[in-house]
Order: sequence, then structure tokens, then C-alpha cells
Amino acid sequence: MDTIMNLLWIALKILAIVLPLTISVAYLTLAERKVIAYMHSRIGPNRVGFLGLLQPFADVLKLLLKEMVIPSQSNRYLFLAAPVLVLAPALAAWAVIPFSKGLVLANINAGLLYIFMMSSLSVYGVLIAGWASNSKYAMLGALRAAAQTVSYEIAMGFAFVGVLLAAGSMNLQTIVLAQSGNILHWYFLPLLPLFFVYWISGVAETNRHPFDMVEGESEIVAGFHVEYAGAGFALFFLAEYANMILISAVASLLFLGGWLSPFEGIPLLENVFAFVPGLVWFVLKMGFFLFLYIWLRATFPRYRYDQVMRLGWKVLIPITLIWIVVVSFAVKFNIGPWFNQAGV
Amino acid sequence: MIQQFIFYLFSAMAIATAAMVIISKSPVRAALFLVVTFIASAGLWILLQAEFLGLVLILVYVGAVMTLFLFVVMMLDMDGIELRSGFVQYLPFALIVLSVMLAFIILAVWHTSFGLGHANPSKETAAYNNIALLGSVLYTQYAYPFVLAGALLLLAIIAAISLTFRGTRNAKKQRVEWQVSVRAQDRLYKTSMKNEKRL
Repeated sequence: MDTIMNLLWIALKILAIVLPLTISVAYLTLAERKVIAYMHSRIGPNRVGFLGLLQPFADVLKLLLKEMVIPSQSNRYLFLAAPVLVLAPALAAWAVIPFSKGLVLANINAGLLYIFMMSSLSVYGVLIAGWASNSKYAMLGALRAAAQTVSYEIAMGFAFVGVLLAAGSMNLQTIVLAQSGNILHWYFLPLLPLFFVYWISGVAETNRHPFDMVEGESEIVAGFHVEYAGAGFALFFLAEYANMILISAVASLLFLGGWLSPFEGIPLLENVFAFVPGLVWFVLKMGFFLFLYIWLRATFPRYRYDQVMRLGWKVLIPITLIWIVVVSFAVKFNIGPWFNQAGV
Repeated sequence: MIQQFIFYLFSAMAIATAAMVIISKSPVRAALFLVVTFIASAGLWILLQAEFLGLVLILVYVGAVMTLFLFVVMMLDMDGIELRSGFVQYLPFALIVLSVMLAFIILAVWHTSFGLGHANPSKETAAYNNIALLGSVLYTQYAYPFVLAGALLLLAIIAAISLTFRGTRNAKKQRVEWQVSVRAQDRLYKTSMKNEKRL
């Protein structure tokens, strides 16, 4: 009985994470179209509902009502399983994200490793989708995607190593609390190169512009999901945006102090803004990174494929390796104001 | 109760998918079943409170090694029937190896040395940190073997590259530093043309 209640409680918590996440994904698509539209001096979607606010629901409805086309000669089961395999890790990673102090589904010690693991799993769905749809464009897109994800994962992993060296823990809550003090204690300052490397490889991991080699409309039609229509396509879309939000969340946890207030430690403002719950700051920081995603998309042209690989292997990884050594020395010799606190 | 349920779930999954790796006809499917086997055994490790090993198993084997493996298998158009052509020919040898391995396994997991009494996982508190413990042993007691293993891996990387690298014969190499340092003035120039006279 107790176990069942426990399981029910966990299921409710999962629902409390996944539902807002899905709605955020829906509105992120709208925000993306709107922001890019304004950057192009257009208006963007404004017909469905007030100011176009119901547009995402119209899109979802359209996609769900469309026919699922299964290509002939394709591997039926794998073809249908692929979107699920992309979406599942994108959602599962949210289990360890602390939204505020103590507000986390699973407060595990190896949280950072868990997130890294989940992001490395998402490549399977892409590979399987490309292979199972029995199309050369999908196959090429999948191979590109997998190569890109595997390469940038290394740079991202090294950025994580820098953070866990600085915080002395893999627990995400501990990492955030290690950044408390004031805004200068956030890790974006001592780990600035790693912050940039993390962000660039995060954009590359999610296969977003300017690293959207996977889709590359002008080169390989639409990449690995070219054969998908209707609900399958919707799931890929959902996973991509859920991954974007995840990368933004992890970036704000690791480098921008998660739920910590930016006014912490400033005499007067600290008290003025004390009433704001940590969740609000966390969401605001995530919003900043999401805006950055859209901004990048509106600004940069697509990378050439060999240059993507060169950037990953020959620029980002050496930077992280050097900065890990620097951070190790800073931690060893307690260089302030970041690494001289007791207990770190 | 729930722990046992999870244990049996993962064990059944590991055994079933491991069998499928051997049985399945298509190499890609076999590789995918192997992925599931890894995930199931990682789940078992996490159940034993070895969360670091479990996560690293998924990270390294599933996230990196099997991805590259799948890459290769997907690129090669392998025929399942051709792969099992020598089945009868190799069967006697395989049976000998099988019986020897089975004997070892039975010796190891016979009921006198196997069971919950022998392998009951210790119940640790929430403060128990698997990673810190592993690290402290790895970097003190086993520091030299650890460094040695690292050197060996480096050697393997260099050996693999030098074996497959055939030099740059007739290669049209892109000089990235030249590409990056190019300015518009190097490539474009403005000309002012005279207006043509009206005839």
C-alpha cells in the first residue's frame, strides 16, 4: 500500500514536470517564430487566437490529424520506435533538474553524469530514424547528426568536468549552492571559456542553427526525419525543443547560479527582491538562453560540415583541456573569491 | 518488494536481449539489442548502489562505443545469411568452448557460493558517495595502474592512427588559417567603367 502511494506520488510529480514542459515547448515554437519575425521586421503568426497565441495548438492539432506515412521497405518497428527513443531521454533528463532549493524529483549524487548520459542517449533515436526509413537523405542526415553529437559530447563533457572540479560535487543542488554569495560567485566568471564551450556544444548537441547539419534543407532535404509525417514528426519536434529547454536549464544551473537571485549579496536590492521565489529566477535565466538560441538562428548562416567538425575537435576540446588545468590550480590554491570558501 | 521487481525486470531484460543479440538475423538489430543489454545491466549496477559504474557504462558503451558500432554496421550492407554460413563447421569447437565456460560459471555461481546470503548488497545511507569513494581509491592506492592504463590507451590511439593514416598523397588540403584570414579586399575589387558613348 505504502509503495503504491509512493509510486502514485512520483507519477504526480512527473506529471507536474512534463505538463509545463510540454506547454513551454508549444510556446517556445511560437516565441521562435515571433522573435525571428520581428528580427526580420515581419509580424509572424497573428491569426489564431489573440495575437496568435493559439497558434501552437493549431499546429499540434494539424500534425496529429495528418496521416502517418510508413515508407515501403522500411523497418516498420524501428521506424515507429525512433521518435519515442528521441523523446524519452529528453524528458527523462528532467528528473534530476532542481527547480529551486529542494524542489527536485530525484536528488541524486551523480546528477551531472545522469544528464550527460541522457543527452548521449538521444543520438540513438536519430540514428535509428535515419536507418529505418530506408532513404538516402535520412541516412546521410542521421550519420551527420550522430557524428556531430558524438564529437560535441566530448567538449561538453570536459566543460562538465570543469564545473564539477570547481564545485567538488556532481550533485546539481550542491553545484548551485556552491555558487551562492553574489552574482560574481556564479561560475560563468571563473569558468568563462568553459561556459562558452558548453553553450556552443549545447547548440550543436541539439542540432540547432548554426549547427543544423542534420536538417540542412538545401543539402539533404530535411535530414533524418524526412520520411516522417504527422505524429512522428511532431514527436521529433517536441524532443528537439525539450532538449533546447534542457540545455538552457543545465546552462543556468551550472554557470548562472540556477535559482539563486542575481541581487544576492547587494545590500539594499537583496531585501527588495527577497520575496521573489527562486523558481522565477531560474525560469528567467532559462528564458535568456532560449532567446539566445532563437537569436543565433536569426543571425548566423549554417556552418559547413567539415568546419563543424574542426570547431569541435580542434578548437573547443583544446580550450576545455587547458581551462580544466587552470581550474584545477585555482581550486588547489584556493584562489578567491570563488574557491576560497570553507568546505569547497 | 519493488526492488526485487525491478531486479527481475532488468535481469529478464538483460538475458532476453543478450539472447536476441545472437539470434537476430539483421546485424543492426543485433547491435540495438546489445544496447538494451547494456542498459539493463547498468540498471542492475545502479540497483547495487554502484551508480557511477552504471552511468558510466551507459555513457561509454551505449553513448559512444555502440553509436560508432552502429555507424559501421549501418554503412555495411551485411547479409544475415552469409554471416551464419560457417555454423556447422565451427559447431564442435564452439561446443568445447561453451562447455568450458559453462563449467567455470557453474563453479562460480553454484548454490554454495551464490545467493542472497553471499551477495546481499550493503544498505548504504543517502550520504554514501560512490564516486568520491571510487576516486579516492583510484587516485591513491591504484594511482600507478591508473596512469599505466591511461598511457596504454594513449598508445592504442596513436597506434590506430598510425596504422590507418596513409599520408597526404595528392590531397587537396584546406588551409583553415588562410580561409579565416581572407578579407573581402583580397578577392573583390571595384572597377569604374566608362559610360558607353551613344552612337
